Amino acid sequence: MAQEVIKKDKKYTWKEFKRQKFLMIVSFFMVVYGLIFYYWPLTGWLMAFENYKPRKGLLGSDFVGLAKFKFLFEDDVFIRVIRNTLAMGVLNLVTSTIMAILFAILLNEVKNVFGKKLVQTISYLPHFLSWIIVTGILHDALSSSGIINELLLKFGFVDQAINFFAHTQYFWPIVAFANCWKETGWNAIIYLAAITSIDPCLYEAASIDGAGRWAKIKYITLPSIKPTIMILLLMNVGNVLNAGFEIQYLLGNGLVKSVSDTIDIYVLRWGISQNDFSLGTAAGIFKSVVSIVLIVIANYAAKRMGEERLF
Amino acid sequence: MKKQKTSLADKIFVVCNTLFMIAFVVVTLYPVLNTLAISLNDGVDAVRGGIYLWPRKFTWKNYQTVLGIQDIIIGAKITVLRTVLGTLIALVANALLAFVVSRKRFLFKSQLSLFWVITMYVNGGLIPVFLLYRNLGLTGTFWVYVIPGAISAFNMLVLRTYMQGLPDSLEESAQLDGAGYWTVFYKIISPLCKPVYATVALFVAVWQWNSWFDAMIYNRMNDEYTTLQYELMKLLSSVMQQGGNAANAAAAGATSAAVTPVTVRSAATIATMLPIIMLYPFLQRYFVTGLTIGGVKE
Repeated sequence: MAQEVIKKDKKYTWKEFKRQKFLMIVSFFMVVYGLIFYYWPLTGWLMAFENYKPRKGLLGSDFVGLAKFKFLFEDDVFIRVIRNTLAMGVLNLVTSTIMAILFAILLNEVKNVFGKKLVQTISYLPHFLSWIIVTGILHDALSSSGIINELLLKFGFVDQAINFFAHTQYFWPIVAFANCWKETGWNAIIYLAAITSIDPCLYEAASIDGAGRWAKIKYITLPSIKPTIMILLLMNVGNVLNAGFEIQYLLGNGLVKSVSDTIDIYVLRWGISQNDFSLGTAAGIFKSVVSIVLIVIANYAAKRMGEERLF
Repeated sequence: MKKQKTSLADKIFVVCNTLFMIAFVVVTLYPVLNTLAISLNDGVDAVRGGIYLWPRKFTWKNYQTVLGIQDIIIGAKITVLRTVLGTLIALVANALLAFVVSRKRFLFKSQLSLFWVITMYVNGGLIPVFLLYRNLGLTGTFWVYVIPGAISAFNMLVLRTYMQGLPDSLEESAQLDGAGYWTVFYKIISPLCKPVYATVALFVAVWQWNSWFDAMIYNRMNDEYTTLQYELMKLLSSVMQQGGNAANAAAAGATSAAVTPVTVRSAATIATMLPIIMLYPFLQRYFVTGLTIGGVKE
């Protein structure tokens, strides 16, 4: 027994260090790699506080303090871009969570094993397609001769085809729909796993008490998967600002710019296209800081609600 | 009596639920099947519209056209290469790292874990990363696709969680027999980790296959390192009137002088998604396990 304890204990001795030579060598390379590819770019944040000129280098460029940030917050475009990113991020998070839970619960009610398996397999499909493909397909479906307009015309909802990509009011719902279309089946995997692990006795007991399907879903399934829902929701809160690049970049156009541009697109435009590295970096820092604040708040909220902490 | 009542409500529920599932399947599959039908239809005929699930004037010509586009062939080769090589490198690197941080007696176990977990939450952002790759001489090469993404904290955590679940006695008894850590990793842990290796390989492979942004940013001027998705984007954007980057739209316009016919675009889309569609149903159990492990943190 005593021997067992000693064996599990870590010993910080030279002999043990040498015994772990292989682990040390691997760790060394992993740390070097991490420092170069993940930590070194953080030194680039310095650019946001200077008028960076590649010729003069990071340390030689003129220091301008918070001037770049001041420019950002006085730029109406940037304020709009923040609004767009937050709005689409929150809309996507809410709709995709609700859809995934709904789909998981309803799929779980399907008793035909083959049908269930088939629907589930089909539901994963869009997740594996790139945004290039998804936006291409969506563009065809929503075009003036596409299936959506055809159906709307046929059933008399509209008199003439709607140009969905020319009006600002359609853009956010289109993005939310595309996101649900692509990820509902995938996101449901984890909820389905949670539902499967519910003790069947609970359902049997409820049946004996005369509970119908709705009662069982409402009083057993939903409360049982509540911790999973909370954890995933909180985990994704930190990603709200990260959800705004590919689809907006691919679907956006000059007509809907005011609602489609996100922080990442702003960074890309100023940083890479206009070569203003300082301004691009400043906008990027703003995004990172807000994300970290959101994560900390989410973590704190998780603790307060008695859920498992996120990190 | 009571039983009867519930069974009527039950029947209504089953019918509604079945209808919901059918609607779900139709909404998911129709756009893909419609694209497939258009890709197999004659180009001039397709302009008339009205093609739904079956081609009206069948032809393979669109696929021949796609295969005749030089950039797409180059893109396909690069994409296959980056998917294979990138997945191999990422798998070995992540597995080694996960092995190290899952050893109970490893002296810097928690420090190394923390070092990598931080990278999930803090990153330099697009511009500093762009400058780094340029300074390292990675831009304008093939390696920018496989080196930077080789280790990701998320994949490492999935692997680590699985390895931590294996009994310690395996490692201990091997070491009593004189095996070093490399032997333990290679001969004992890795064979047991095959399912989770498959999961991570699948995640990385899909990510590699679907990437386009890196080709656009880091290899815009290097047509020999273009990727399939990026070429597809150029084809599609000639119609979609790319927003965002004006220079890029101009470049896309130049390569495909006129607007590409819808049938050719559809053929390119189908060709790009085909490998993944054919493979993923057989890999289901792997990603389901992977997600379940990944979702449960410590």
